[in-house]
Amino acid sequence: MLMIRCPWCGEREETEFHYGGEAHKLRPLNADALSDREWSEYLFLNHNPKGVYLERWSHARGCRRWFNMVRDTVTSEIIEIYPMGSLPSSPEGKAAYESNWRRQTAAEANAKGEAASSEGDGA
Amino acid sequence: MGNDGGTDWLGQSGKTRYSVWSLVRNALAYHQDWQRAWRAPEPKAEYDVIVVGGGGHGLATAYYLASVHGITNVAVLEKGWLGGGNTGRNTTIIRSNYLWDESAAIYEHALKLWEGLSQELNFNVMFSQRGVLTLAHSEHELRQMTRRVEAIRLNGIDSEVKTPAQIKEIVPIINTDPTIRYPVMGGFFQQRGGTARHDAVAWGYARAADALGVDIIQNCEVTAIHRDGGRVTGVETTKGTIKAKKVACVASGHSGLLAGMAGVRLPVESRPLQALVSEPIKPICDTVIMSNAVHMYVSQSDKGELVMGAGTDAFNSFGQRGSLPVIEHMLAAAVELYPIFSRLRVLRTWGGIVDTCPDASPIISKTEVDGLYFNCGWGTGGFKATPGSGHVFADLVARDEPNDIAGPFSLKRFEGGYLIDEHGAAGVAH
Repeated sequence: MLMIRCPWCGEREETEFHYGGEAHKLRPLNADALSDREWSEYLFLNHNPKGVYLERWSHARGCRRWFNMVRDTVTSEIIEIYPMGSLPSSPEGKAAYESNWRRQTAAEANAKGEAASSEGDGA
Repeated sequence: MGNDGGTDWLGQSGKTRYSVWSLVRNALAYHQDWQRAWRAPEPKAEYDVIVVGGGGHGLATAYYLASVHGITNVAVLEKGWLGGGNTGRNTTIIRSNYLWDESAAIYEHALKLWEGLSQELNFNVMFSQRGVLTLAHSEHELRQMTRRVEAIRLNGIDSEVKTPAQIKEIVPIINTDPTIRYPVMGGFFQQRGGTARHDAVAWGYARAADALGVDIIQNCEVTAIHRDGGRVTGVETTKGTIKAKKVACVASGHSGLLAGMAGVRLPVESRPLQALVSEPIKPICDTVIMSNAVHMYVSQSDKGELVMGAGTDAFNSFGQRGSLPVIEHMLAAAVELYPIFSRLRVLRTWGGIVDTCPDASPIISKTEVDGLYFNCGWGTGGFKATPGSGHVFADLVARDEPNDIAGPFSLKRFEGGYLIDEHGAAGVAH
C-alpha cells in the first residue's frame, strides 16, 4: 500500500487515488503534421523505466485534484510531489525528466510549437 | 547422482526416456541415479541464436528452433533461474476463448500443442482439461459474452453459454443468490481449457531443448545488446560478451528495458499482477472459474491449495511483491461468491511483473534492428499461449518472416492502426 501525501488533503492510502500514467506528455498541437509513426509514438508509447518515473496522480476519492509525482518503480519510494504544469525540482526528478527519450520526439516538438516534423524522424 | 548415460531418446545427449520402467528402476535404486535434466554449460563465444529469457516462452522458442527448424546452436540466457519470473508466478490457466480471429488463431494453436505436449516433451506437464468457466455478473456482461461465444464458435473453438442453474451444477460451491453484490447471471464454459503445472512446462521444454543441443545458461543477465550498422551482433552479459547472429528477446515485464538497450521502444507498460494461494484443503472445485468483473480467477491445485488470481496494481512497478488492496478487493468478492472460502487462510501472496500492451494483445515481431526480435506484451495472460508463442516465434526467428499466425501481432500494427483489442477476453483490466 502506497501512502501518498496529497498536496491539499495530506497523507492518504493509494486506494483513494487514480493513476494518470506518464507526466509531461504533451498533446501535439498540429497532429496532421506528424507521420503515422510519430503519432503512434505519442499515442501508444509510454516511458516505462525501471527506476525513477515522473507520473500523474489524481486524488479521485478526495479533493479530485491532479498533481505530479516522482516515484521509484522498484522500491515504490515517493521522492517528490509537485504541482501540475511545473517541472520537478529534486535531482532525481530533474535527471529523469531530461533523460526521457520523449524530450527528443517530433510529437513533443510539435506540442511546444517548435520545429516542423520530418517524416520518419521520430527518434 | 549425475548419471548422464542411458539410451538416446532425442539422439544427442544421451538422456534416458522417462517412463514407468525408468520410474520402477529408479525406485528400486532408492532414486539415487536419476540423471540431471539438463546440462549447466559455460557460454560459447558465439551462437546462431540467443534467446534472452528462460521462462516458458523463451524455452519453448529454443526448443522449437531446434526441433522444427534444426537450429541447435542456440543459447537461452536467464538472469535468475529457469521459470523464476512469470512462469512461476502465474495462475496456470489455459484457454483459447478470445474474440478476434487473430487471437483465436494463436491461442487455439497453443491449445492444440498443449494437448500433445507431455508426449512430445516426454515430460508430464500435468495438463488438465478441467474446463474454464467465465462468469457474467450483469445482463450487459452476459449479452457481450454471448456475442463472444458466437465469435469463438465460428472459429471452430468449443464454448457454450451456461445458465446460473447449469453453473451451479458445474460448481456446487458457488453462491447463486441473485441479491449478492456480484450475482451470477450466467457465464460461458470452454471444456477444453484447464490448467497445467507451470514449473513442469519450463522444465519439460528445458530438458527437451537441452537434449537437442541447446545451451541453457542460468544466472546470466544481459546488460547490453551489441549492434553493428543496424544489425545485431551479440550481447553483453554478466558472464562476458557472447556473439550471436540473431537475438530473440522473451523477457515479459523487462522487455522494455531490453528493447531500450538496442534503441527500440515498445508500447508496453510493466505492472505487478497479483495472485495468492490458500492453505491446502480437500477437493472442492474441479474446474477453473473466472470473473472479469471482480478480477478473480480460481482453481484448485493438485496439492489442494486454491490458486487465486487478482488484478494488477493500478500503477507501473517493477517491485515483485504482493499488494494488499488488490488482493483484498478480490477476496471480498470471492468469499461472497464462494461462502465456503471464508474460513480459509491465505498461505502466500506474490506479484509478477507483466508487460501490458495498449490493445491487450501480444507483440511477436521483428524490429528495426536486423536480427533482433521481440516476443512480449502478453500482459496478464501469457502462460496459456506458451507452446504456441514459442512455436510461431521460433518460426519468425528462423525465417526472418512472420507466418500467418504471428503476422498480425507485429509492432507495425501500432502505426497502421490494426489493433487487436482483447480487453474483454484478457480477463484483467489493463
